[in-house]
Amino acid sequence: MDASGYVFDLTQHTVRELNQALHNLPEQGPPTAWKVLNPAGEHTVAVGINAPCTVEIAGHVGYYCAGMNKYATVTINGNASTGLAENMMSGVVRVRGNASQSAGATGRGGLLVIEGDASARCGISLKGLDIVVQGAVGHMSAFMAQRGRLVVCGDAGPALGDSLYEAQIYVRGSIADLGADCIEKELRTEHVEALEALLAAARIALPARQFRRYGSARKLYHFSVDHADAY
Amino acid sequence: MCGIVGLYLKNPALNCHLGALFEPMLLEMTQRGPDSTGFAIYRDPQPLGGVKIVLQNAAADFEWAEVAADLTRHFMADVGFRPIHTHCLLTLNADEAGVRRYLLRANAPYAVVSIGRHIEIYKEVGLPAAVASMFKLSAVQGSHAIGHTRMATESAVTTAGSHPFSTGSDLCLVHNGSLSNHNRLRRKLAKDGAVFRTENDSEVAAQYLDVQMRRGLSLEAALYAALKDLDGFFTFTIGTSDGFAVLRDPIACKPAVMAETPEWVAMASEYRALAKLPGVERARVWEPEPATVYVWEKGGQARAARAWLAQAS
Repeated sequence: MDASGYVFDLTQHTVRELNQALHNLPEQGPPTAWKVLNPAGEHTVAVGINAPCTVEIAGHVGYYCAGMNKYATVTINGNASTGLAENMMSGVVRVRGNASQSAGATGRGGLLVIEGDASARCGISLKGLDIVVQGAVGHMSAFMAQRGRLVVCGDAGPALGDSLYEAQIYVRGSIADLGADCIEKELRTEHVEALEALLAAARIALPARQFRRYGSARKLYHFSVDHADAY
Repeated sequence: MCGIVGLYLKNPALNCHLGALFEPMLLEMTQRGPDSTGFAIYRDPQPLGGVKIVLQNAAADFEWAEVAADLTRHFMADVGFRPIHTHCLLTLNADEAGVRRYLLRANAPYAVVSIGRHIEIYKEVGLPAAVASMFKLSAVQGSHAIGHTRMATESAVTTAGSHPFSTGSDLCLVHNGSLSNHNRLRRKLAKDGAVFRTENDSEVAAQYLDVQMRRGLSLEAALYAALKDLDGFFTFTIGTSDGFAVLRDPIACKPAVMAETPEWVAMASEYRALAKLPGVERARVWEPEPATVYVWEKGGQARAARAWLAQAS
């Protein structure tokens, strides 16, 4: 530990040692600061944290970085591979570069900020997490998303919000096409206010009024007898 | 699973380090494919009218000199040969189509691994570290290399079922994924003259490209045609005499990442395979888009064509 906190160089330590050290932090303990050097695309960096701390990762990470995160603020100064912040519970995960597919999948709470682009299936099966993407998202983003918000400052790929439940989607750019049962909805004052707060939390200076809102038409919730011929 | 890596050296001054740069990429993909390993190296082009062949026979006492003598008699040409572990590199001046026909004849006492003027493919069952060491990969020089670590799903773990699959002259294909319509396609391609050597789905993709290109399609056009005709999951990397191409299926479940600097362009299943390349911290790193052909050719920049959008509509 130096003046700025704990430093973990992954050329000197294994990811398992890093994660064990993070898991040893007491859940109610004082916040600590961590730096992770030379991640070199390693998988499962800073996964399963259950304590208030800040973790700064210097470089690109592999799969499932900051998965299941609780309380911690994890910043990746690089790109992240598949499954970034998968099933995160609370806290903040921020990636300065791009995120590969399934970023924020099944996330239950907290805030995930992707400053670059996210690829396919961003926020798949979202369950309460807020995701703010400064760039674009790939196809099938927010697929079957149940709760939480996906905010896309750039463009969205094909089949956005397919089979959506009650998650809300905001998009500022163009959308290739909407998935089944996803429709545009009115952007009312309460949505503008909530979106302004979320953009501020994500430290993105864009007017909320520039976004359009999308949600579920709720037509897939129940079997429709009109569709009986389709089976 | 399966791991794919590709490296093209834009700066010819690096060519003497190809193996040293490429081997760690391949070894980093061990967890993705511990069953078998293979790689294609592009180097030492034969002069026009020359052919370079890699053949394989697992027997330790196999007489490669007899194969060379047989080719000398058959093609009236001097044949150079150099056995490397279970493989043998042979060179001769002869018509490539004729050589291909002769080598692929029934009951030849060897398997044909690659044919072309630039390409050499080496592949074997075993961990990447073992296979790289068998063929002394770290010392290899050349302009580019494509590699594969296999976790078998669709067919047996054999040398013939290992990647890369050679697809016509100087072409090879490596595949991460699985094709679901390969049996039907295999029967169709066999009618079009393709000679299959394995039950492997990836060989079907390789033969498919070969058949399309023999019909006159460019590599890029053949790959866009593949998007329509191949059903299943795939990330392909295709090596050519002067570069390589990358294609992912429209669902894009199988990973791929590309990186480019003024010195080199590289692709891999995962970023960690690129993490040791010199200057990678300053590289442009991106994920290839689904259903988009990326082609890198000598002297050019990596380019992506979204022609599939036009074709699909």
